[in-house]
Amino acid sequence: MVEPALSIQNLSKVYGNNFHALKGIDLEVPQGDFFALLGPNGAGKSTTLGIVCSLVNKTSGKVTIHGVDIDQDFSKAKYYLGVVPQEFNFNQFEKVEDIVLTQAGYYGMSMRDAKPRAKQLLEDLGLWDKRNSTARMLSGGMKRRLMIARALIHRPRLLILDEPTAGVDIELRRSMWEYMRRINEDEGTTIILTTHYLEEAESLCRNIAIINQGEIIQNTTMRDLLTQLDTETFLLDLAAPIEQMPLVEGFELAQIDAAQLAISIVKGQKLNDVFSQLSAQGVQVVSMRNRANRLEELFVSLVEKSSGSAPKAAGGIRS
Amino acid sequence: MNAKQTWTALWTIIVREVRRFMRIWPQTLLPPSITMTMYFIIFGNLIGSRVGEMEGVPYMSYIVPGLIMMSVITNSYSNVASSFFSNKFQRSVEELIVSPMPNWVIMMGFVIGGVARGLGVGIIVTAVSLFFTHLDVQHPLLTIAVVIMTAVLFSIGGFINSLLANKFDDISIVPIFVLTPLTYLGGVFYSISMLPEFWQHVSLINPILYMVNTFRYGILGISDINVTLAFAAIAAFIIVFYCFGLWLLKRGKGLRS
Ligand SMILES: Nc1ncnc2c1ncn2[C@@H]1O[C@H](COP(=O)(O)OP(=O)(O)OP(=O)(O)O)[C@@H](O)[C@H]1O
Ligand SMILES: [Mg+2]
Repeated sequence: MVEPALSIQNLSKVYGNNFHALKGIDLEVPQGDFFALLGPNGAGKSTTLGIVCSLVNKTSGKVTIHGVDIDQDFSKAKYYLGVVPQEFNFNQFEKVEDIVLTQAGYYGMSMRDAKPRAKQLLEDLGLWDKRNSTARMLSGGMKRRLMIARALIHRPRLLILDEPTAGVDIELRRSMWEYMRRINEDEGTTIILTTHYLEEAESLCRNIAIINQGEIIQNTTMRDLLTQLDTETFLLDLAAPIEQMPLVEGFELAQIDAAQLAISIVKGQKLNDVFSQLSAQGVQVVSMRNRANRLEELFVSLVEKSSGSAPKAAGGIRS
Repeated sequence: MNAKQTWTALWTIIVREVRRFMRIWPQTLLPPSITMTMYFIIFGNLIGSRVGEMEGVPYMSYIVPGLIMMSVITNSYSNVASSFFSNKFQRSVEELIVSPMPNWVIMMGFVIGGVARGLGVGIIVTAVSLFFTHLDVQHPLLTIAVVIMTAVLFSIGGFINSLLANKFDDISIVPIFVLTPLTYLGGVFYSISMLPEFWQHVSLINPILYMVNTFRYGILGISDINVTLAFAAIAAFIIVFYCFGLWLLKRGKGLRS
């Protein structure tokens, strides 16, 4: 049997202030997987990942990395791990290349091995030109990429990325996706990703877990999860403003403004029906898009259901 | 980790530590040299010429070993305290924690870094002192042994301090309120035989007295205290501090929530 890259059993965490951040979670990430761990702010994602890489002490439960129990031989388990934390955690006054090479040293890599590897990684991540800059002179997106290079230097089997694309521009984000896909597919590195860009999780990840208030509320494949989505909302841009709401039988229709409609399509319903009815009433649709990305709609409804809260009012912020 | 990897990791920390204090030399190497030059000029030359002899040697020669030791103590301590604390503060300590390095390697790396700074400054101060006096080292091996052991002890102390510290202020409390008074009262400037008997006994519970006196014995061949006892005491302190530091590190005190 192939050991899972990460296995978490009944993991709980109570912080010093008696806050119960994790309430006995179970997770299993097979080797080679691209796994999304999603959840709203404060759900417990970073806490979970922090325990896995020993930045947080667990209260109880069991964690194994490639079959190695972290309570038995954390040192061995750590060799499998590469970590990109949510917050910048390098010395701001050190040089980019030194930061990566120093990390290699901490893993016992010889300079002969580490130097070419560091060069390759910095080139791949577009930082080679900046190798002699001090880290504090990098832009936010560059700092994230520096942390990725640093995490990969010792060729980890399991890469943990806690919001790696936060604050990275669209173009760069896409090239980072390509990069992550490449190391996942070509090098077989298992990747666990947390992100608040659900589009990112949808396009990259095969398996997914959603965590809310310290509990796992979904753990399945991305495909299965998306088929759970029974209603999709589309926005229709009209050729001309309309005076009166058209009547579309069998569908829930809402007017956003004079030239835009929102329509909910329940699973099984056909878009053709909508268009034929609209055409019959002389309403011309020039373009159409999803109101939110599919995963996003699901995510919001799942989290709301598990929190037992009503959909939040516009402008309100959960505490 | 195998032995070679462990060594590489240790060496990496040492190099990083040495680079750090060399890079910021105006904050690390220059100030002690200037302060000590002042001591030599004011206490040694100006006042010392009035004091005459202490324990049978010129006052300048008497205070030089104490001042060298004082620089070693404060510099090894503050190097580790501020370097490790700033790693904590900037979170770069996480680079160390996520790596497979054993705790003793982390601690040893920083301690050796502190020893390097302590000895570096010690050598600079010694060189400066040669402008004012002539040093004829009586027991070279003993002198070197005691200075290294002292640097190790205070480096470990600085490490422990930085683990327990929550803010920058916390790492200056010990140097100001503990190290400086104990050093001044540890016989840097005077022989405890000058004190009333009661205060002589009180002085004997000051660990720094033993280090200063052993070092002075190594250089000048004179001492207020029993040198063998001093070595044993320093070694015992090192062992206790080392174990305490490792224990804190294992518990993740100040590092892991
Ligand atoms: N050191 C700490 N002491 C006390 N409570 C903490 C500590 N760190 C985190 N928490 C609490 O634990 C909960 C989970 O935090 P965590 O950082 O794991 O959330 P997250 O899912 O990563 O959120 P985000 O998406 O905002 O990064 C939060 O309510 C947080 O306030
Ligand atoms: Mg987080």
